Amino acid sequence: MGATSAPGWRKNPLATRRRASDLLATGFGYLASALLVIALCSILWTLLSQGVAGLSLAAIIRPMGPPGSHGGLANAIVGSIIQTIMSLVIGAPVGLACGIYLAEYGGTSRFAGTVRFVSDVLLSAPSILVGLFVYLVLVAPFGHFSGLAGAVSLAILAVPIIVRTTEDMLRLVPTAMREAGAALGAEKWKVILMICMRSAGPGVLTGILLALARVSGETAPLLFTSLGNQNWSFSLDKPMASLPIAIYQYAGASYEDWVALAWTGALFITFGVLAINIVVRFGFGRQKS
Amino acid sequence: MFGGSLNSERQMTTVSSVAEPAPVMKATKPSFWQGDQFFRLVVLGCATLVLLVLGGLVIAMGVGGLQAFRVFGLDFVISNVWNPVTNQYGALAPLFGTIGSTLIAVAIALPLAFGSAFWLTAIAPAALAEAVGTAIQLLAAVPSIIFGMWGFFVVVPFMAQHLEPILHHSFAHTPGIRWLVHGAPFGTGLLTGGIVLAVMITPFITAVMRDVFLVVPPMLKESAYGLGATRWEVIRRVVVPWSRAGMIGSVVLGLGRALGETMAVTFVIGNANTIGWSLFEPRNTVASLVALEFPESPAGSLKLSALLALGFLLVLISFGTLSVARWFLREKS
Amino acid sequence: MSVIANTSGTIAAAPAPFPAAVALEVRNLDFYYGTHKALNDISLDYLSRRVTAMIGPSGCGKSTLLRIFNRMYDLYPGQRAEGSVLFDGVDILDRALDLNMLRSRIGMVFQKPTPFPMSVYDNIAFGVRLHERLSRAEMDARVEDVLTRVALWKEVRDRLRAPATGLSGGQQQRLCIARTIATKPEVVLLDEPTSALDPISTARIEELLDELKRDFTIVIVTHNMQQAARCADRVAFFYLGNLIEVDTADQIFTNPREKQTQDYITGRFG
Repeated sequence: MGATSAPGWRKNPLATRRRASDLLATGFGYLASALLVIALCSILWTLLSQGVAGLSLAAIIRPMGPPGSHGGLANAIVGSIIQTIMSLVIGAPVGLACGIYLAEYGGTSRFAGTVRFVSDVLLSAPSILVGLFVYLVLVAPFGHFSGLAGAVSLAILAVPIIVRTTEDMLRLVPTAMREAGAALGAEKWKVILMICMRSAGPGVLTGILLALARVSGETAPLLFTSLGNQNWSFSLDKPMASLPIAIYQYAGASYEDWVALAWTGALFITFGVLAINIVVRFGFGRQKS
Repeated sequence: MFGGSLNSERQMTTVSSVAEPAPVMKATKPSFWQGDQFFRLVVLGCATLVLLVLGGLVIAMGVGGLQAFRVFGLDFVISNVWNPVTNQYGALAPLFGTIGSTLIAVAIALPLAFGSAFWLTAIAPAALAEAVGTAIQLLAAVPSIIFGMWGFFVVVPFMAQHLEPILHHSFAHTPGIRWLVHGAPFGTGLLTGGIVLAVMITPFITAVMRDVFLVVPPMLKESAYGLGATRWEVIRRVVVPWSRAGMIGSVVLGLGRALGETMAVTFVIGNANTIGWSLFEPRNTVASLVALEFPESPAGSLKLSALLALGFLLVLISFGTLSVARWFLREKS
Repeated sequence: MSVIANTSGTIAAAPAPFPAAVALEVRNLDFYYGTHKALNDISLDYLSRRVTAMIGPSGCGKSTLLRIFNRMYDLYPGQRAEGSVLFDGVDILDRALDLNMLRSRIGMVFQKPTPFPMSVYDNIAFGVRLHERLSRAEMDARVEDVLTRVALWKEVRDRLRAPATGLSGGQQQRLCIARTIATKPEVVLLDEPTSALDPISTARIEELLDELKRDFTIVIVTHNMQQAARCADRVAFFYLGNLIEVDTADQIFTNPREKQTQDYITGRFG
């Protein structure tokens, strides 16, 4: 014993080639992951370096204005908040109810399968189509753009996210818990709302927050629905400003102060969206996996 | 049942798990407005609403585009004229740009996503995989308009000053592909659109592919390692065949996203309704054309109808693609 | 014998050497899952061309020990072994060891059948191709040889190109054994190979072990004491990460030295 060159350990001629291809693939894996991380860093760095320059109190408290007038983004920020909150007010109940239907009533029926499929397709539907659809239904017939139409288009984008997480979370609730509720004599809807939903609560909230993050950065659907507004607008019946539309409008402009504001707006949105995602992931997103 | 009156039900909401005093059995069925029937109807209604949105979307787009389809007939799809002055509209150029930029994006994203998913699931130490996985998911959450701005201010100059001159210099005389690098290196164009789209969809594809790889039974992988296979051999021979459907689904899902993307592309593709071999020249996509032309399309005009007809084509393409993706990604039962 | 040098299509049945040599020599082995110590100062010899069974209650460390012999624990960060395991003159715990080669010489069969998502034929060819370059005819001969040895040839000869997942559970497990011996290992590790099988399939695998020990050193982890008594030449009893006793199967089951062993085999715990 002790001799390390027993014949059984002699190098296999095939081994070198196999090791080389393994090394090559491993190297490519490192490269691909590094490229993605670099892309994220480049985006964040660009946002920080460009966005911080335009960051000022005026940007937050003054409304948008013509070039050179030291305008801000206040009305766009408020408009975005109004429309995203309205979209959740409209979308969350529908999404929750649809998720409850799929998890608790639909089962494997053909109708439930169709709803599930359609909801999953809508999850990645081009948002610009949703904007056109809401334009045809809620803008064209009334003859004017409105914040409500913007909120509805965002709600349509939020619903599928909420449907998916609600259904998934409800499915994680043990059947025994439902049976225990039923054994106490509680009606099914009470069991669902008071026992299952409470147990699935954190996960469902995760879904709603992710939906919030998703819709708060959406631009395309708002182009045709709430249009954007240079001035303060609090009425859901009128065109309403929003941060993404303001960025879209300002980023392509040839006025330096507008471009700077566009970066500042982009900084707000991105860090807002990423903050929600981080909170969700590290706060109570753990149980999801 | 905890009594029939609304009042005692309200009590019930405050007491969830603590035992109530012995409930009184009621022989009568609960009335419609407070029973399971009502609740069932509400959730069923919301589920139906989701179906109606998709149906309504398709119908509204089709009806809105009817005028354009009537006026131009099949020419709408095969003509590449887009002239608001003469009121002539054809979808070929934006369709070409949409499909071209998407194919470029997928060609770049697929190997990157596969490499990253391989690295995340088989190579990276746990802590690093966790961190990079989170970073990739954050990248997937960045709003698309940010990709557009980043593309416009970072990628476009890089393309104009570095990549396009290099490509042009290297391949300008190579038979077969010299047409691809033809044209002035402005930075905006089909290739740039494809690259920015690729950066946008790669995190999606990576995330889905990683999840697909992770559900391969560990014992199956251990069996392959147990025979002396390397990590690459385990991925290629065992993991990929096992998760083929999910992998295809993840790629098609990314493709579906790229097809309908508006903001990331509008900033960088150059917005010219042209068709050609060059990867450098400005092109257009359906979504970016709709976004740009909509403000100058009054209600009831033929132009608006043409935009809605474009939307209808996009519905068909993207929903078709997404349906295929979902079919591949459906849960195996 | 060298795995590589012998590239002929079939595995020659070598005569069993007598008295038995030591195939694996475990010395002062400790094992940790992170900070949890799962094995405690194990020293044990595994005899060449014998079946050694490792028994003990769940969590006693027997599967952990098995997975050290082909360094399967290397796949998972935070797990580490200390001590030494000598195999063919080399300490297999050596960090610089070529793991792929080690695993081609020490094969493993798992609790559940793990057919790869490919045909019956390719399942066997997969492992062989990793380490040897065979002609088509040689590969065909190898596949037929190993399938015959696990008594599966007659059942699958007409469906070699069909997906292996279409076989029954017992057939799949025999296929996995065939796949393992096709790379001509010297040691075959079996981790509760029949725990997912019905009694008839289990009996066929047990018969197979008797046949296989003519050529391979076999280490089997089992929960089933009848199985250990039926198949094993030697039995090692583990409890709470310690090796309590190792002896011939007869000795362990009829006249154990330690009280803990006696308690276990008479069903007082575990």
